[in-house]
Amino acid sequence: MAGVSSPSYFELFRLPQSFMVDRALLDSRFRELQRSMHPDRFINAGDLERRLSVQQATRINEGYQTLKDPLRRGRYLLELAGIDHNDEHRTTRDTHFLMEQMELREALSRVRAAADAVAALGEIMARIQTELDRLNGELAGLLDNADADDLAAAGEVLMKMQFYRRLQDEAVELEMDLEDEQTWPAGRD
Amino acid sequence: MALLQISEPGQSTAPHQHRLAAGIDLGTTNSLVASVRSGVAETLSDAAGRQLLPSVVRYAAAQPPLVGQAALDAAVDDPLNTIASVKRLMGRGIEDVRHLGTQLPYEFVAGSSGMPLIHTAGGDVSPVQVSAQILTSLRERAEQTLGGELQGVVITVPAYFDEAQRQATKDAGRLAGLNVLRLLNEPTAAALAYGLDKGSEGVIAVYDLGGGTFDISILRLNKGVFEVLSTAGDTALGGDDMDRALAEWIMQQAAIRDDAGHSALRLLMREARTAKEALTTQARVSITVPGSDGSPWQGELTREQFAALAAPLVDRTLGPCRRALRDAGVRSADVAAVVMVGGSTRVPLVRERVAEFFKAQPKVDIDPDKVVAVGAAIQADILAGNKPDDETLLLDVIPLSLGLETMGGLVEKIIARNTTIPSARAQEFTTFRDGQTAMSLHVVQGERELVDACRSLAKFELRDIPPMVAGAARIRVTFQVDADGLLNVTAEELTTGARSSIEIKPSYGLSDSEIETMLKDSMAHAGDDRDARRLREEQVDADRVLEALRAALEADGDALLGQNERVRIDTAAQALAACRNGTDYRAIKAAIEALEAASSGFVEARMNNSIRAAMAGHRVDEFRS
Repeated sequence: MAGVSSPSYFELFRLPQSFMVDRALLDSRFRELQRSMHPDRFINAGDLERRLSVQQATRINEGYQTLKDPLRRGRYLLELAGIDHNDEHRTTRDTHFLMEQMELREALSRVRAAADAVAALGEIMARIQTELDRLNGELAGLLDNADADDLAAAGEVLMKMQFYRRLQDEAVELEMDLEDEQTWPAGRD
Repeated sequence: MALLQISEPGQSTAPHQHRLAAGIDLGTTNSLVASVRSGVAETLSDAAGRQLLPSVVRYAAAQPPLVGQAALDAAVDDPLNTIASVKRLMGRGIEDVRHLGTQLPYEFVAGSSGMPLIHTAGGDVSPVQVSAQILTSLRERAEQTLGGELQGVVITVPAYFDEAQRQATKDAGRLAGLNVLRLLNEPTAAALAYGLDKGSEGVIAVYDLGGGTFDISILRLNKGVFEVLSTAGDTALGGDDMDRALAEWIMQQAAIRDDAGHSALRLLMREARTAKEALTTQARVSITVPGSDGSPWQGELTREQFAALAAPLVDRTLGPCRRALRDAGVRSADVAAVVMVGGSTRVPLVRERVAEFFKAQPKVDIDPDKVVAVGAAIQADILAGNKPDDETLLLDVIPLSLGLETMGGLVEKIIARNTTIPSARAQEFTTFRDGQTAMSLHVVQGERELVDACRSLAKFELRDIPPMVAGAARIRVTFQVDADGLLNVTAEELTTGARSSIEIKPSYGLSDSEIETMLKDSMAHAGDDRDARRLREEQVDADRVLEALRAALEADGDALLGQNERVRIDTAAQALAACRNGTDYRAIKAAIEALEAASSGFVEARMNNSIRAAMAGHRVDEFRS
C-alpha cells in the first residue's frame, strides 16, 4: 500500500493500546471512520482513489472485527508485542483445564439423551460462558502493563479461550438443531 | 474561498446539476424502477400507468423479445418460449437447473462454461440475457419518464444471493447498458426506505418473503449509519411455493393428473395465485378450473385451509430468523421493529407468525412490493452525488462464508459469513511435491465442511511457481470482497516475490469476452454501433475523472502540490479535456490513464490526509474554517 501509512488498529480508532476497550467508543469511532473512507463516498472519484478507499475501508472493518472480539484483540496485542502465537502447536499442562474440557465435551454429547435436552444444554452453555468470562478477566490482568512472563501466560489463556470458543460454537449448533426439531416435530435431516 | 469536504469527492461543483439515477428491484415475479424526484423517492409507471413490470420475457421467432404484462399474458398459451422467474436461474449451473427441472417447463441446453441456456423459438438465451431484457425495459421506462440518460443505477439482490448470483446480476446490468453504481441487498434497501422516513434508532429486523426467495436481515441503525449485523435466508423459498402447494391441493381435489400439459399447469398456478391473493382479504374463496375430463371443477377454500397448506413453508423461514439473531448477537427482545418486505408478507399467516416470533407488530406502512425499489432509489440518489451533505451510510455483510478446497475435499474458510464488506483476508499455502510448479485452487462458498456441499465459485491454476522442495514455496492467496459483495482472488509466491497471474474461470458465470460478444449481438443494442457506445462510455468516464480532479484541486491543490507537479497534472488534464470531444475512444482512454498516472501522488497524499483527519475525529474542512 505505497504512500499510505499503516497505523495500528488502536491508533486507527484513537483508543489506548489496552485489552480493556470502551465498546461504545469503539463503535462510534468505527462509524466515524467508515463515514469518511467507505467506497460509497468515492463512487464518482478516480480509479486510484476508489482503490485506496476500498483498502482503507477494508482495514477499518478488519480493525473493528479485531478490537471488538476479546480473543482476536488478545492475539493482536501479543502480535504487537512481537510474540508469535501459533495455537496449533501450543499445549497446556493445566490438568484442571484439560479435565474440564473433557467433562464439558462429554456432557455435550449426552445432551440429546437427557430428559430435558434444552435445559441440559442451557446448563452447559452457562458453564462455558462462566469460563470465558473468567479467562477474559485473566487476560486483562496479564496483557495490560505486561512483562515477558505475563505475555507468555496470556498466550496460554488465549489458547484456552479458543478451546472454549469451539465448544461454544458446537453448543450453539446443537441448540439451533434442537430448536429446529421443535419447529418441525415430524423431524428432518 | 469555499472549500469542499475531502470526504465528499463525489460532490458536484454545480450544486443544481441533478444526476439522473434510479433504483431497480429486479424481482422473481415483478420488477420495479424508482427514482428520487423533487426530494421524494417514488416508483415509476409505464405508459399504461402500471408500476409493477412482470419479470417475464417471451421469445418468438424473428421478433424482438416481449417483456412484462404482454409476455405474461402469453404464458399460458406459449409456456416454453415465455420465461418467468428467471431470477431463480441466475448464477446457477446446468446441474442445479436440472435439479429445479420438475418445477420449470423450459428446455435447457448447456452453454459454454457450464451455464444453462434456455431453448426458445427466438434462439437460445441465458438467464443473464433474459434479466438484461427486463432491465432494458425498466431503463427505457426511467429514461422516458425522467427525460434523459441514466447516469447510474442501484440494482437490488436478495441478501442471501451468493457471489455467482451477484455477478450474474451485475453482468445483466452491463448487458442492459446500465452503469451499476452498486448492488444493494434487498432488506437493506427496505430498511433505508423506512429508516429515513422514521428517523428510527436501534436494532431492526427486515423480513423479506418474495416470490422466490426469503431473506432475513438484522440491522443496527445509528445516526444515519445502517450497519447490517447478520443476514440469513433461503434462495429457493417464496410465495411461488405457496402457489405450488395450493395448485397441488387443487389437483388432488379435482383429480387432475401430474402429467397434465404445461399450459394446464400454468393455468393451475395462476388460479392458485389468484386464490391466495383473495384470501388476504376474504375468509373463503371459490375456485373453478377445467377438470380432468374437460368439464369444469369447482371447489371452495377457506383461509384456515390455506394456512394449513402454507404453514410448513412459513415455518421454514423461522430457522434462518433464529440463525440471523444468533449471528448478530441479539435476542428477539432486542429487536425494536420488524419491517415486512415482499408481496408474500401480505399473507395473514406470515404476519401472525412473524409477530409471534419477534414479539413485535410487523411494520407494513410502505407497500411491501415497492419498499425495496424506493430504498434503492434513495441509495442511487446518494451515490450519484445528488445529496452531498447526506450522512447516510450502509455497511453491509457477505451472507455466506468464502473458502478454498484443501486436501481430502475439505473447505478452509477464508472469510466468514456476516463479515462486514469490503473485506480482505490472506492465507498462506505451500507445495506438497518437490519441484511442483503449478497449484490448482478451487474457490467455494457456503457453511458446510465438505466441498461437495458448498457452491463452487471458480477454479483456477497458479502457474510458474519456481521449482523448490516440497513445503518450501510460500503462496499467499488473498480474497478481496468489494462493497458489492463480489470476490476477487489473487495469488503470490512470496519467497521469490513473483506475482503469478491467475485466470479466474467462473464456474457458471460469463467471462468478460462473452459479455462483450453478447453486447455486440444483443437485440437491445441492435443498430447501436459498438464504437459509438465505447466512445460514450469513455466520455462519461473522462467527465467523471476531470470533475473529481477539479474538486480535489480546488480543495487541496495549493496545500499539497508543488509547482512542477501542478503543471504536470494541469497539462494532462488539458490534454484529456481536448480529446474528450473527439471521436477516438482509444485516445480518451489513454488520456485518462495518463492523467491518473500524473495525479497518483496527489491522490495518495489526499487519501493520507483524509484518513488522518478521520482518525483525528475531524473533517478536513474543520481545520480550515
